[in-house]
Amino acid sequence: MSAVAVDGVWKYYGDYPALRDVRLEAPPGACLALIGRNGAGKTTLLRTIAGFSRPGRGKIRIFGKEPRDTEARRMMGFIGHGISVYDELSALENLKLYGKLYGLADPKKSAMEWLERTGLERVRNGLVREFSRGMRQRLAVARAFLHEPSVLLLDEPFTALDDRAIAVLQRLLREGLAAGKTIVMSTHQLREALELSTQVALLVRGKVAFDGPCTPEMVQDPGYVYARYGEG
Amino acid sequence: MRTIRQVITVAVKDLRAELRTKEAINASLAFALVILLMFSFAFDPEADTTREISGGLLWIVFAFAGTLILNRSFAREVPNDCLDALIAAPVPGAVLFLGKAIANFVLVLAVELVSLPVFGVFYNVKWTQQFWELMGVMALATWGMTVIGTIFSALTVNIRLREVMLPMLTYPILVPALIGAMRLTAGLVMGKPIGGDDAAWLRMLIGFDVMYTVASLVLVETVLVG
Amino acid sequence: MRDRIVYVLGILAAAILVWNGYAIWQLPEETQQGVVFKIIFFHVPMWAGAGVTVSLALIASILFLITKNFAFDALAVATTEVGVAFLSAGLVTGSIWGRQIWGIWWTWDARLTSALLCWLLYAGYLMLRHAVEEPTQRAIFAAVFNIFAFLDVPIVFFSIKWWRTQHPQPVFWGQGSFPPDWTRHFMWNMLAMVALGVVLTFVRFRQEETQREIDAVRRTAHAF
Repeated sequence: MSAVAVDGVWKYYGDYPALRDVRLEAPPGACLALIGRNGAGKTTLLRTIAGFSRPGRGKIRIFGKEPRDTEARRMMGFIGHGISVYDELSALENLKLYGKLYGLADPKKSAMEWLERTGLERVRNGLVREFSRGMRQRLAVARAFLHEPSVLLLDEPFTALDDRAIAVLQRLLREGLAAGKTIVMSTHQLREALELSTQVALLVRGKVAFDGPCTPEMVQDPGYVYARYGEG
Repeated sequence: MRTIRQVITVAVKDLRAELRTKEAINASLAFALVILLMFSFAFDPEADTTREISGGLLWIVFAFAGTLILNRSFAREVPNDCLDALIAAPVPGAVLFLGKAIANFVLVLAVELVSLPVFGVFYNVKWTQQFWELMGVMALATWGMTVIGTIFSALTVNIRLREVMLPMLTYPILVPALIGAMRLTAGLVMGKPIGGDDAAWLRMLIGFDVMYTVASLVLVETVLVG
Repeated sequence: MRDRIVYVLGILAAAILVWNGYAIWQLPEETQQGVVFKIIFFHVPMWAGAGVTVSLALIASILFLITKNFAFDALAVATTEVGVAFLSAGLVTGSIWGRQIWGIWWTWDARLTSALLCWLLYAGYLMLRHAVEEPTQRAIFAAVFNIFAFLDVPIVFFSIKWWRTQHPQPVFWGQGSFPPDWTRHFMWNMLAMVALGVVLTFVRFRQEETQREIDAVRRTAHAF
C-alpha cells in the first residue's frame, strides 16, 4: 500500500482548475520532492493531501485512509508557510497543547524530548513572541515531529531557514527516513532538499509533467528537470 | 471522555492566551463601561422610567462589548497559521468549536458580571433582588450570543472587513434572543420574578440556544474544511 | 429555447400588471381606507414572493452543501436577491400604506418589524458574498449563513409578535374588508408577481453563472 496516493485529483477555485488530473504515488519510506514554479500548484497539492480542503474530483489516500480520517490525521505532520505555534504561549506550552490534541500518552515528556532534539530546551518557558526567527522555525519543526507522524508534508521547508535550523531539519529528516517515515516536500530545487529525495515530481500549471526517481544529475543541476520536462 | 478532555484543552488554551495578553477583555470591559456611562448622559439616570428600561439597556451593552471578544475567537488563530495546525489535528471540528465557545462564554460572562455592579451604582438599581434568576437568564442569553458569535467568527476569519462583517451578520440573527433577554432582565432587575407571561421568553431562549448550538456543531466542519 | 420562455414570461408578467393595474384603478374604493387599500394588490403578493424565494434559497443552499454543484450556489444568490427585492418593495408599500392610514411612516407593527429584520438578515447574506473573494469558499460560507438566517425567520416572527402582544400597538392593516369581486384581480396580480419573480431569478442566475466563467478565464489568463 502506498503511503501517499493521489489519484486523478482536480482542485477548483470556483471554475478555475488549480490542480488538473494529478496522479502521484509515494511508497512508504520514500522522500518525494515536488518541484515547480510559483503558482504551479505545489502548495495547493500539499494542502489537499493534508486534508485542509477537499479535491473537486479524484481521491487521496494516506495508507489507504482518507486524509480527514482521524487515524490518517494522527499519521500526518504538516509544516506550511506559517510556524503554527502561538505567540502568547511558551515553547513548552505549545508542544504540550499539541501533544494533548494528538492524544499522546505523556505530552510533557514528549514535549521536553523534542525541545531537546531541536535545541530549544533552554528557552522552553520563553514566550514564542520573544523568539528569534530561527528559534521559531525550529519550534515549528518540533511541533510537526512531536507526535511521531509516519507521513511528513512539508511546504518549502528550507526556504527562509537559518543554517542552524537547516541543519536541525536535515538531521531530523534523515533520521526520519532511516526510521521508515515517508516525506513529501515541495521545494524550489534546493540542493538540501534534493539530496534527501528518492523521487521527484514536476508540477506545471497544475499537471504532473514528470514523475520519477531522483537521479544524481538532478542533484548536481537542479534546473535539469525543468529543462527536460518543463515548458521553458 | 477523550472528547471532553479535548474540548477542555482547547478552551484552556484560548483562555490562557487571552488572559496573558488581556487585549480583548480589557477592550471589552472599557467599552462596556463607556457605553454605560454614555447612556447615563442620554437618559436621566434618576428617573423611574430609566430604571424600568435599564434592564433592556444592559443587553445593548453586553451585546456590543461581547462582540469585541467574540471577534477574536477564530481571529487569534490567524497569525502564524495556527488554524492549520488545529484543523490538521485529529480533533473533530465540533470539539474545536465547543472549546472556543466555552472559552468565549467565560470571558463574555466575566465582562457582564463586572458590568453589573457598575450598572447598579450608575442607575441606582438593586439588581440582586432576583439574583439566581438573573444569572440564569444571563447564562442562557450569553450562550446564544456566544454560539452565534463563535461560528460566525469562523465564517469571517479570512474575509475582508472582518471586524465590520461580524457584527453585521451576528446582530440580526441575535435579535430574538436579545429581545427575550431584555424583556426578562428588565423585570428581574426591578425585583419582579419571572411571571407566567415571561415564561414564553424563557422557553424561546432555550429553544434558540439548542437550535443554534446543534446547527453550529453540525456545520462547523464544513466551514473550516469545506 | 429557455431564453425564449423567459422572455415570453416577462412580457406576460408586464402585460398582466398593466392590464390588471388599469382594472384595479377602475374598481370602487374600499369603504374604510379609501384608495390606498388597493395597495394590498401589490403588497401581499410581494410578501408571498419574498416567502417563496427565501425558502427556495434555503433549499438551494442545502443542495449546494450536499452536491457542491455551483449551479445551486447561483440559484441561492439569485433567489435571495429577488427575495430582498420583494422584501424591500413590501416594506416600502407597507410604509406608504401606514402613512396614508395612520399618518406615520412607521410603527413597530409586528409584521413590518419582522419583515425589516428578515431584510437585514438577507442583506447580510449579500454583503457576506461580496466580502469573500474565492468562489468555492464564498459559496460554502454563503450557504451556511443562509441556513442560519432561515432558521431565525420563524423565531423572529414569533418573538416580535409576542413582544407586540405584551405591548400592543395599532396593527397597520387589520381593518378593511376585502370585497369578493376583488379576488379575481388579486389572483391575477399574484400570478404576475410570481412570473416576475421567476424572470428576475432566471436573469440573475444566468448572470452569476456567466460571472463565474469569466472569473475562471481571468484566473487562467493571469496564472500563465
